[in-house]
Formats: sequence, C-alpha cells, structure tokens
Amino acid sequence: MIEIKGLYKNFGDKEILTNVNLTFEEGKTNLIIGQSGSGKTVLMKCAVGLETPTKGEILYSGRPFTHSSLEEKMAIRKEIGMVFQGGALFDSMTVEENVAFPLRMFTNMSKSELDDRVNFCLNRVNLPQAHAKYPAEISGGMKKRVAIARAIALNPKYLFFDEPNSGLDPRTSLVIDALIQEITQEYKTVTVVNTHDMNSVLEIGDHIAFIFKGNVVWTGDSNTIISAEVPEVRDFVFATPLMKKLFK
Amino acid sequence: MGWGPAEELGKSLFIAYLRKKIGLSFFENFGKYCMLVFRTFKHPARNKFFREQFFRELEALGLGSIGIVAIISLFMGAVIAIQMAANIDNPLIPRETIGYATRESVFLEFSSTVVALILAGKVGSSIASEIGTMRVTEQIDALEIMGVNSASYLILPKITASLLINPILTLMSMFLGVLGGYLACLVTGMLDPPSYLTGLLFDFRPFNVVYSIIKSIVFAFIITSISAYRGYYVEGGSREVGENSTKAVVNASIAILFWNLILTRILLL
Repeated sequence: MIEIKGLYKNFGDKEILTNVNLTFEEGKTNLIIGQSGSGKTVLMKCAVGLETPTKGEILYSGRPFTHSSLEEKMAIRKEIGMVFQGGALFDSMTVEENVAFPLRMFTNMSKSELDDRVNFCLNRVNLPQAHAKYPAEISGGMKKRVAIARAIALNPKYLFFDEPNSGLDPRTSLVIDALIQEITQEYKTVTVVNTHDMNSVLEIGDHIAFIFKGNVVWTGDSNTIISAEVPEVRDFVFATPLMKKLFK
Repeated sequence: MGWGPAEELGKSLFIAYLRKKIGLSFFENFGKYCMLVFRTFKHPARNKFFREQFFRELEALGLGSIGIVAIISLFMGAVIAIQMAANIDNPLIPRETIGYATRESVFLEFSSTVVALILAGKVGSSIASEIGTMRVTEQIDALEIMGVNSASYLILPKITASLLINPILTLMSMFLGVLGGYLACLVTGMLDPPSYLTGLLFDFRPFNVVYSIIKSIVFAFIITSISAYRGYYVEGGSREVGENSTKAVVNASIAILFWNLILTRILLL
C-alpha cells in the first residue's frame, strides 16, 4: 500500500499540489486523472522521489519515503518499477539489454537465468522477437511494452505508469491497458497510472482520483465516475462528443 | 552637488543586479557542481558495470581523439619550428635554438594546454550532449527510479577513462609535435636535421614532462566533470541540450586557462 499524507508542492511562489491525501492499494489499478497542468505528473514525481514535496509524507507499506535517507530511498526504489511517458529506454542498449539491465545491476543471476528472465518478461508483453533491436528501431507501442518488461523484471511491489497511452493508437492503447491490468492482478502490485485517457479510465480504473488545480476533488472508480456530481469531473468525462453521445 | 539618494539607490540596485546575475549564479552553479562531483564518487555502480562503461569511454574519449590530436600536434610542431626559423636571423643566436624552442613550446604549453582546449571542444560537447539527451528523454530519471546512482554510473567511468587517457594523449602529442618540427626541417631545408636534434636534446629537463602530465590530469578532470555537470542539469529539450553543450565547452576552456595559470605558478616558480 502507498499512502500519501498532506502533500504540498510549490515551485517558487506557485502552489502545484495542495494537501493531497490518497491511498493506493495493492492488486488494484489506481488512476490519477485530470486535465493537463493539473499536477498529476508532479504528484507522481513526488511519489517516486524525483521531486521533493514542500510538505507532507509518502509511506510505502508503512515505510516513510519522502524524508528518509538516500540509502533508505534507494532500497525502496528497488521495489519500484516505472514506465515513463516516452518509455525512457536506454538508447545505447538493445531491447534485451534494456530488460536485463536491472537484473544485472541488482541480482547475481547466471547468464542462463538472466536469459530466461528476459525471455519471460518479453514474452509477457508479447514481444518475443525484438531482443536484438535498438529502441530507435521499434514503434512507440513496442517501446512502451519493452518499458513495461523492464519495469516488471525485478518483480516490483509498486508499479507507476506515466501517460502509458500517449501517442498510441486506440487499439494499441487497449493492449497496453489490458497488460497493465493483467500484471497488476497477476503480481498483486500497487499500480498507479497517471492518465487523461477516458478509455483507460473506463477500462482499468479500479480506484480513481481526480485532480483539479492541485487538489483531489473526487475519488471513486470506473463505475461511479459517469455519475459523479462534481462539475470539474463532469467537464472532464464528457469533454468529447463521443462520451456525450454515449452517456448523456 | 551630486544626485544624492538617487545615485546611492542606483548604485545599490546595480550591485544587487550584478550579485544576482553573476555572483549568485556562479556560486549556485559551483555548489551544484561540487555536490554532483561528490555524488559521482559516492555509491559507485557494480564493478562489472563500471568496467564495461570504463572501456567504452576509453574507446570513445581516448581512441576517438587520437586522430585529431595527432594531426594537430604534427602540424603545430612544424609551424612552431618554421616560425622560430623565420624569426631567428641574428647570427649570434645558434640555429640549434630552433629545436630547443620547439621542444620547450610543445612540452610546456602546447601538448598539455592547447590539446586540452581542443579536447574540451571535442570531448566536452560530446559528453554534455550525451548526458543532456539522457536527461531530457528521462533515461536518467529511469536510472534513479531503479535505485541506481545515475551520477556515478554515467560520470565516473568518463572521468576515470579521461584521467588515464589524457596523459597518454599528451605524451603522444609531445612526440608528434617535435617530430613535426623535425619533418619541417627536413622538407624545407631551413635547418639541417642533426642541428635540430642537437637543439632538441639541449638542456633537457625531465620535470617539464612531469609538469605537462600533471596539467593534463587536472585538465582531464576539468573537461569531463564540467561537461557532465552541464549535461546532467539540462532542463527542456534539444535546444537546451545544444545550449548546454556550448556552455560546457566555454566553461571548461575558461577553467583550463585559469588552472593553467595556477599550476604554472605552483609547479614552475
């Protein structure tokens, strides 16, 4: 479980996050949604330690993270897998080397064990034949899947996805969403997804937090978001003509 | 009667502006640079990763620079010898002085400082743009999330490889510089080669080679650490990566000239 308690984040005089309190449970796909510039990415960066909150605390299974030492942070980070918006694959390494990287860095696996684990992870994301390719040689959807394979290589307890469907076509987005949900349920991870894709919200939103101007203004799930009464949430959900036609 | 309070206000505003623009940004950058260097040597990556990266950098920073250092050294040595020959027309000054002066110029200044300035341009911009691109494409964030000390993983192999290869490049440059002078004598006939060699061996002080090597080690650290710092803290996109690559070259060059002055004062006086 990840607990975010009384989190504030300022950049200079500008307050980006205001008193954010959230709990993300394991085995569930937890979505942070909101318009662009609402503070979703900053919240996620604070959660994984890429930004330091101005005030507040984040606990990983009860262990304080925000104000812990670098060593303690690094220990928790080894239990975190993260898929970045652009994949953030190491472009000097092949797909296989990218997935093997955390295994080589943090385990003492033999060559055959390493190969088995890399094959397993790449098969798990339906990419059995991309081993020798470089990130520049594969499509955006494949990059996301390789990034997922790399993120799950060490069996993380906590998985973060930053805009996993941005730049992908609807069909590939569905594949990625399905993969996120399967992995979450299979490995009982605490999965946190930062998105503004309504398809993802309706498909995989076990627990949803809506952020507006740095405040959490609504929490619920994919079943209750359609009937949410909060005006900002309604504006967001029914922003597209398709959603208006389907649900209004 | 002067401007009185208005003049005083203007002065204090100007001083505040200078402090803000120059002083603060310099000290802020210097502080961040020191912290990055400290982080680079703290919690190094696993040995096998360091080894792999070290040899990769040795190839990229060292072998990749041999060509340019060789060409420049050879030609500069030849030009120095020709200029000496052209300027020594006093019959009281022996012609062997050409070899002696070429050696001194190459050993004391050219092979360490000028080669370092050239490497600051070639290697410095490459390091800054490589690390800067990794920053803007979130590859450094990905390393941090995995619990890897990204500063150590990326920068330490570059610094160590550079500390090893730069003195070798400097020695090579010394040899090729005086060889260039010899070839110039041979081709132009401005001085007979045996006289050039006599001058070359005259009053040879081995400490001058040590002095040059010490300078090359310090300059290697300056080039890699400053360029890595500029790349590591890039914010924005490809334009900012380019801007920081340029800043890396300028900052490293200024630091080289500054430390050249200090080291010369300490080691030669």
